[in-house]
Amino acid sequence: MPTQPTDRYAQFVGTAPGTWLSSQLGLPRPAELRRAQPGKRVLDGPALVVGTGLAPLRADLADLLRAAGTDVLDELPEEAADHGGRLAAIVVDATGLREVAELEQVRAAVVPAFRRLAPSGRLLVVAAAVDEAATVAAAAVQQGLEGFVRSAAKEARAGATANLVRVRAGASAADWASTVEFFCSGRSAYVDGQVVTVGPAPAAAPAQERERPVAVVTGAAQGIGAAIAEALARGGAHVVCVDIAAQGEALAQVANRVGGTALHLDITSASAPAALAEHLRTRHGGADVIVHNAGITRDKLLVNTDADRWASVLEVNLAAELRIDDALLETEGALHAGARFVCLSSLSGIAGNRGQVNYSTSKAGVIGAVRAMAPLLAKRGMTANAVAPGFIETAMTARMPVATREMGRRANSLQQGGRPEDVAETVAWLADPRSRGVNGQVVRVCGQSLLGA
Amino acid sequence: MAPALRRAAIVGGNRIPFARSGKRYAQASTQDMLTAAIDGLVARYGLQGERVGEVAAGAVLKHSRDLNLTREAVLSTALAPTTPAYDVQQACGTGLEAAVLVANKIALGQVDSAIAGGTDSASDAPIAVDEGLRRVLLDLGHARTPQQKLKAISRLRPGNLVPAPPRNSEPRTGLSMGEHMAITAAERRIPRQAQDELALASHRNLTAAYDRGFFDDLVTPYLGLKRDDNLRPDSTLEKLSSLQPVFGRSGRAADLAEPTMTAGNSTPLTDGAAVVLLASDEWAEQRRLPVLAHLVDAETAAVDYVHGGDGLLMAGAHAVPRLLERNGLTLQDFDLYEIHEAFAATVLAVLDVWNDEEYCRERLGLPAALGTIDRSKLNVAGSSLATGHPFAATGARILASTAKLLSERGGGRALISICAAGGQGVTAIVEA
Repeated sequence: MPTQPTDRYAQFVGTAPGTWLSSQLGLPRPAELRRAQPGKRVLDGPALVVGTGLAPLRADLADLLRAAGTDVLDELPEEAADHGGRLAAIVVDATGLREVAELEQVRAAVVPAFRRLAPSGRLLVVAAAVDEAATVAAAAVQQGLEGFVRSAAKEARAGATANLVRVRAGASAADWASTVEFFCSGRSAYVDGQVVTVGPAPAAAPAQERERPVAVVTGAAQGIGAAIAEALARGGAHVVCVDIAAQGEALAQVANRVGGTALHLDITSASAPAALAEHLRTRHGGADVIVHNAGITRDKLLVNTDADRWASVLEVNLAAELRIDDALLETEGALHAGARFVCLSSLSGIAGNRGQVNYSTSKAGVIGAVRAMAPLLAKRGMTANAVAPGFIETAMTARMPVATREMGRRANSLQQGGRPEDVAETVAWLADPRSRGVNGQVVRVCGQSLLGA
Repeated sequence: MAPALRRAAIVGGNRIPFARSGKRYAQASTQDMLTAAIDGLVARYGLQGERVGEVAAGAVLKHSRDLNLTREAVLSTALAPTTPAYDVQQACGTGLEAAVLVANKIALGQVDSAIAGGTDSASDAPIAVDEGLRRVLLDLGHARTPQQKLKAISRLRPGNLVPAPPRNSEPRTGLSMGEHMAITAAERRIPRQAQDELALASHRNLTAAYDRGFFDDLVTPYLGLKRDDNLRPDSTLEKLSSLQPVFGRSGRAADLAEPTMTAGNSTPLTDGAAVVLLASDEWAEQRRLPVLAHLVDAETAAVDYVHGGDGLLMAGAHAVPRLLERNGLTLQDFDLYEIHEAFAATVLAVLDVWNDEEYCRERLGLPAALGTIDRSKLNVAGSSLATGHPFAATGARILASTAKLLSERGGGRALISICAAGGQGVTAIVEA
């Protein structure tokens, strides 16, 4: 594994003198985040599961967490209880709220519990889809929950996060289980202040999971791509690791580490889409997961962006991806029923970034593509989603000027950079066969960055 | 009862880019390079943790510590540690001979899959101690009493401390391979320009093959090197013809003709490793792996270059007619020819004698000349003059490339001929 850059400030703050100094000076105090480890439970402490209004999902939410080995509470424990009365998660079923006055129930339930939230704790609000609200007031209430969650995320301390899951009408517990699990677990360590909508699984989705699904990851030789390959392999997938031939040495190491295969392919070449489709058809009998991760930057201010810098970034980050999707969808046998597309966007594609006009355009384009593909794919039981990383500690960010890097690290609610595995776990959740109800979503992995929020 | 014979399938290959000696791989050992070549193959075909039937490979320049080179390399790869391995060495024929050995085991049903190849480092070549010092050290080890030890040490002379570097010469003639080839080139009157043209074609063909992505699934970069660093994409006939001859400037060759062999039309000392994956059709099919071609037959010949009239590197010329006869083929029945370019003159001399009625009758015992070949079918993706020639690695490089070329053209038949030190030549027929 290539070593990740160290956040020396975060390390210092973790020491006793560092803690004292940073609190005296009012400096940021990034916490070490709880992250998933094999064999570790979804939550490492009790979860308070409360219903507000009719709370039609409360019982299912409690059952899901219990099945995941969590001690589920329906009221706040005494402070002297186990864990000092600390809560690993607060899960609120707000799907039934219709009237503004009912929002008080959310406040009343969360306020006393929020102080008890353990380090890296989770506030997860489950809400209804706004566009399905029966009344104006219900829509206002359901939309209002986003403001509630996003502000709570900014106030949460010690690595705790707050996110909102919207459940569409007709979605069953099986449809949202993987999503609720993801947001409660350490896999979502750097996902904060996000809103994700889960719908019912498309009718065309296959009933059976494949024993060893086949996943394709482009740009898999290093950084986030390599982490995605590892996460998908941990989940049981055979990963076809794709990168340009020049990256072959690192790519072979990744493929051998994850027990997958290495494929040298320049995704921008005219023959690449057909070659990949043919490879997946003949060598693997079709793919289940396609992760478009390969990307490049050619940063310059807008006024200095020439046609070459423009074209190369749009070609690699957007055009090649679209051509490959077309080829895979058109080639009989290249994809399995229920295939998942996960496309890497970027916070730059949402918020824009100085010096990245070309990159931001391409990454915003990715979001547009995913949203347009989603309804088309749903008819075939497939999904497309985008993941937009914020500041992730990679070799690329290690080369940034110190001031820029420190700004990137601290300008988010968790006051630190994410790790490649945080992006990878998010991709793995979207690629999970159980996540078939998550479609057309854009999920940021940014620690609730101040940018573009 | 012996099972029915089955042709061994060539599934694919992998090599690291070849590097001129003393450069990019100066710090890499033969074992490091072989490990990298196998690991790249494992990654390409998803063989992690797989117990392959056997791995046969070797090195020409070999350290005494590397007595189990291939097995040690296997233990460093992602293959199952239960994969058996053994070393093969037949000079520059090592790689192809190793492939023939494992293909025969596959044909017999003794193994279902195998990896064959070779590795060589002219940079990390072994340096031996002086023979006198070696004897003293051995006797010292055997000595029991202080007197015996003293006696052994007393035989040591200052001259014994000079190390013995590796030799690139034939032990029986004292001539280097280049000098041997220069004699043959002079005897056959191989023109300088024809040699330079062949060298140029090798560089051009290799460049074109790289540029069209032909090596994307045959080569894995190593230590930051992405293409063979001997490749000169911008080489020209003018540049090649301006080089001074380096072989045949004295001795018998010089008596016969003007020297013609330069650093441009001879292979340089090179570091590298290459492997090829062979299997039964069933094994490949079970893993959804491709079958590029089949290794149909092989023939190895040796010539008496010490006393007889044959050139050191001319054994391939003898092996091929035997191979043709056994398979009921003529020299013209091939779609591709891969003749290892140890020197441009080697290829040209072999083609020359095949078209020489007298040579074919008298030396090869044939009723007539084998004739000429269509030169547009020769070494179409470049060969050793452009890639370089890490001795033992060349066979697997050629076999894997040939199989892919045949597969690309949708079928056909190829002839491979590789000359080797000691007056030997390994040849094979590949069909797709």
